[in-house]
Amino acid sequence: MVSNLRALAEYVEPGVRLALPVDYAGVSMVMTRAIIERNTCNLDLVCVPTGGLQVDQLIGTGLVRSVETSAVSLGEAGGAPRFNASVKDGAIELKDATCPAIHAGLMAAQKGSPFMPMRGLIGSDLLRHRDDWRVIDNPLAGGGDPIVLIPAIKPDVTIFHAPMADRFGNVWIGRRRELAAMAYASATTLVTVERIVDESLLANEMSAAGVLPALYVTEVAVAPKGAWPYGLWGEYPTDTAEILRYARAARSAEGFADYMANAQMEPA
Amino acid sequence: MMSEVHPREILICTIAKLLDGVRHVAVGASSPLPAAGAMLLRALKQQAGEKGPRISILGSVEHNFFTNGSAELFDCAGQGRIDAFFLGGGQIDGRGNVNLVGTGDYPQTQVRWPGSFGSAYLYYVVPRVILFREEHTPRALVEKVDFISTPGVSDDGVYRSGGPIALLTGKALFRFDKTRPGFDLQSVHPGNNLADIKAATGFQFAHDSNPEQTALPDPLTLALLRGRVYDEVAETYPDFAAQMRREIERPLCHAS
Repeated sequence: MVSNLRALAEYVEPGVRLALPVDYAGVSMVMTRAIIERNTCNLDLVCVPTGGLQVDQLIGTGLVRSVETSAVSLGEAGGAPRFNASVKDGAIELKDATCPAIHAGLMAAQKGSPFMPMRGLIGSDLLRHRDDWRVIDNPLAGGGDPIVLIPAIKPDVTIFHAPMADRFGNVWIGRRRELAAMAYASATTLVTVERIVDESLLANEMSAAGVLPALYVTEVAVAPKGAWPYGLWGEYPTDTAEILRYARAARSAEGFADYMANAQMEPA
Repeated sequence: MMSEVHPREILICTIAKLLDGVRHVAVGASSPLPAAGAMLLRALKQQAGEKGPRISILGSVEHNFFTNGSAELFDCAGQGRIDAFFLGGGQIDGRGNVNLVGTGDYPQTQVRWPGSFGSAYLYYVVPRVILFREEHTPRALVEKVDFISTPGVSDDGVYRSGGPIALLTGKALFRFDKTRPGFDLQSVHPGNNLADIKAATGFQFAHDSNPEQTALPDPLTLALLRGRVYDEVAETYPDFAAQMRREIERPLCHAS
């Protein structure tokens, strides 16, 4: 079950719909590098529910065809420079969403339902630009009561980073339940972890409640500090200085290329 | 000297007043002033022997009660369990529409902002949304937004249990009247007058000929803010708390 990063990257074929988690949930930054090395193009990204450094780097490298997201930013370090430039140039297709719509789409896929209804959205330009979203009148009301249907989001591949897995492929996700939602909805789930433990994480009720069972996990690879320069909950903080360094460098295409070619790709 | 009040302290105290009565307020990850306002309200309530509001700060481990991932905030709001929330915006217009996406024609916006986040849901279902933008300029407060991330009002028949109640900026406080719809100037912060506010605002608003000045905190409230509340704020926003404490050492506008 325990694999290496290159073997994981093999699953990311051209044109796949790839789901990636929000910056604080456990981003497998180490897999960004593996995907870029493989030069897999035409990726359709789904940010759950927002994107950051990983998404900006994949876009900057030219591997991305479309982005479905509620936002892309570098948080305290400001806007996502390559995302913003690609939007301005029209180089990527945009599917602007709102956080709970992404969650609703994954929830529909989790349940094997074609869609999930959700409140809000009506009257927004988000809805006006999404021809895949539909508005119907609530069939359970007496009449009227329009509500938006969000189609199921079924990613081909989900990739995230977590503190630990056991040698049976069960992954500890704690209270980061969006990681489970992504895995339930995806055909393939690739996980990098800080470490592998011998004992089954399901053997203890306390840890079992925070486990994504191996049933939903395709491959696990060990990658210490695999979220760097992002932090990992309960493990290590974000390396804000490094993200600021990236934000400055990536203001221009040349600066981005230079950063990606020369950046120290491992934490200090 | 306690008589010197920092302009941001007036904002914090105004936020605390706008939140009075809420049971649960959610605050965004990098929103130190709204968080400070919520913490001030909690401290004032607890000083009076009441429980005070529950405060959820997104992205904080200590002030985060959620165990069901990032969807839980929205589920919680949809169930009516969140009474107040803050929304910023690259552009806010006179009908309370908010643009978090960018300027120019979508999708190839010339200036792109991060995106709409949860606004296109929370603005509909949280009863007391406070629009908060320190920058009060014609480019931030526009006649009509370039992109509606989330609308200020909804048509009749559209489910809408929430929406904007006020707009607070670095210069003034407006109340939102959803029947017009539009903003009413409630008060002007010290150092500004009606002409300044008109010049800095890109949309029309209702106002008295001689608008009130935004109230300054009383000495007890100010003492609580500068003691307990900045200590609490520092746990989540250490740089902000340190900056406030540095700046209040210098002479500022006079409280009376």
